[in-house]
Amino acid sequence: MATLQADFTLPLRAFALELELEVSRTVALVGPSGAGKTSVLRVVAGLMAPRRGRVSLDGERWLDTECGVSLPPERRSVGLVFQDYALFPHLSVRGNIAFGAGGRPVDALLERFRFGHLASAHPQELSGGERQRVALARALARDPAVLLLDEPLAALDAHTKAEVRHELAELLRELALPVLLVTHDYEDAAALADEVGVLVEGGLRQLGTPAELVARPQDAFVASFTGANLLRGHARRGAGALTAIRLETGEDLYSADEAEGDVGVVVYPWEVSVARTHAADADSALNVVRGHVGSLVEVANRVRVRVGPLTAEVTAASAERLELEAGGIAYATFKATGTRLVPL
Amino acid sequence: MTRRILAGAALFAAVAVAFGFLLLPIVAIFARVSPGTLVSQLSQPVVTDALVLSLKTSAIAQALVLLFGTPAAYVLATRSFRGRSLAIVLVELPLVLPPAVAGIGLLAAFGRLGLLGSTLDAFGVQLGLTQAAVVIAVAYVSSPLYIRQAIAAFEEVDPNLVAASRTLGAGRARTFFRVVLPLARRGLAAGEALAFARGLGEFGATIMFAGSVQGVTQTLPLAIYAEFALNFTTALAMSALLVVVSGALLVALRLTLQWQPSRPTSRFLFAPSR
Repeated sequence: MATLQADFTLPLRAFALELELEVSRTVALVGPSGAGKTSVLRVVAGLMAPRRGRVSLDGERWLDTECGVSLPPERRSVGLVFQDYALFPHLSVRGNIAFGAGGRPVDALLERFRFGHLASAHPQELSGGERQRVALARALARDPAVLLLDEPLAALDAHTKAEVRHELAELLRELALPVLLVTHDYEDAAALADEVGVLVEGGLRQLGTPAELVARPQDAFVASFTGANLLRGHARRGAGALTAIRLETGEDLYSADEAEGDVGVVVYPWEVSVARTHAADADSALNVVRGHVGSLVEVANRVRVRVGPLTAEVTAASAERLELEAGGIAYATFKATGTRLVPL
Repeated sequence: MTRRILAGAALFAAVAVAFGFLLLPIVAIFARVSPGTLVSQLSQPVVTDALVLSLKTSAIAQALVLLFGTPAAYVLATRSFRGRSLAIVLVELPLVLPPAVAGIGLLAAFGRLGLLGSTLDAFGVQLGLTQAAVVIAVAYVSSPLYIRQAIAAFEEVDPNLVAASRTLGAGRARTFFRVVLPLARRGLAAGEALAFARGLGEFGATIMFAGSVQGVTQTLPLAIYAEFALNFTTALAMSALLVVVSGALLVALRLTLQWQPSRPTSRFLFAPSR
């Protein structure tokens, strides 16, 4: 499989985008809006020129500011899917796809993306999901060596999104291309990519598989961005192997991680159990937070419950058994081994 | 109650006066002489000469306006550089110049004693009293209208579509002809229609810079001016002709701006706009 290498500095308005990245499978860059995600794709595609840097594909130099090499976009073998798809409004579906194909027949692509009856329709007549497929098919028509996706799911409504995400994940596996995608949604990134990089203010905070990011978030931002609860507290060496943390609210928690001083306490919603009562003699390996039940949000067959400062994810069945209701008192419990400490 | 009626009547009167004022001269052109007489006047040599000359010089001038104005407008619309706003103001300046000033300017630049006069002389080019001078005058006064509209049309083309075209393997030229031009075409056509109409009616700059010689530099507006002292009916006939041509241009312009490219799947001709 080919490998895309990028290493560059691009001054943006508020900060400089600095990135070193190697893409051979699917890599997702996630980050809040304004983190410079789209600019990364534009630099790789040749639509933006960084101040310093190199971009190459398997040793084929696309950009090298030191040698004054900068291939124009049309000479870089990339397929870029724009966030708003940027379909040509004056061309039909077939015309849009043929534009990228450069004279090669596109019937196979039209069939693969199920455009049979839509081939002569114009983009304005398509649904969001259909437009997304046209944009993908068009980008692939050029037979690119690298695929770049800018927020591929952001423009879709929730209903379409789940389906398209599944299809897209399958397609990316089949293609076996280096894929660089950017999204503000960590769940999308985790579902689509082999590796996820968290991009904040132009810098890569952490890069790893989705499992690695969740197991060892490097800092508070990565933790909360990947969906964890984040509590603030002060850590001191406790008795035995555990670190004791005094929360700002006065409660004590324990973690198997070692730390001292001000820390962020990280716990993921699926590691938190909820109960209506709590026996006071429980051991310190089990953390307990007592609080009022806030919102109850059903997501598929699970329920997200807010207990005090924590979000817990429990099955719909246990939520019903517990007879949880907003305003009531509940106990959120989680293991000290599932409690991670990150620097603040 | 009476006040409301009075207000209504005043409003109606204002509208009636405005319309009457604007339409009366046009109606008068057709009302003075019978249509048969008007048409018969059109076969006079002074008319046919002027018509042929107007069409020919307009065609050449507009071809030049399109050829040089389009790339100029594209650069002004898409590149950001120091002095861009100033450049746009300068391009639009001839639009507000009095035609007499334009004529003097052209003489001072290209006339025998003008800035480029001796240079042109050295190449054996003499513009005075030639069709080339008419073309220059027409192009000078009409091109700003086209360029202005073309800049607006190019600015409206989504830069992402241009970027998409490039990443799909199309170079700058292919992107321009396959993406930018088709998307800007309506604005460009509207601008060109305005420029053509302005060029066809050009009078002041032409008469000062190119003179008024029948069959050589005498366009329709110049011929109308020359004839109105000699044969008012002929002047009327030519005016009627220009009214018809200008009216047709205006209708064409309106249709261009409203026209939606037909879609094979759109079933209704007058589908509600989305």
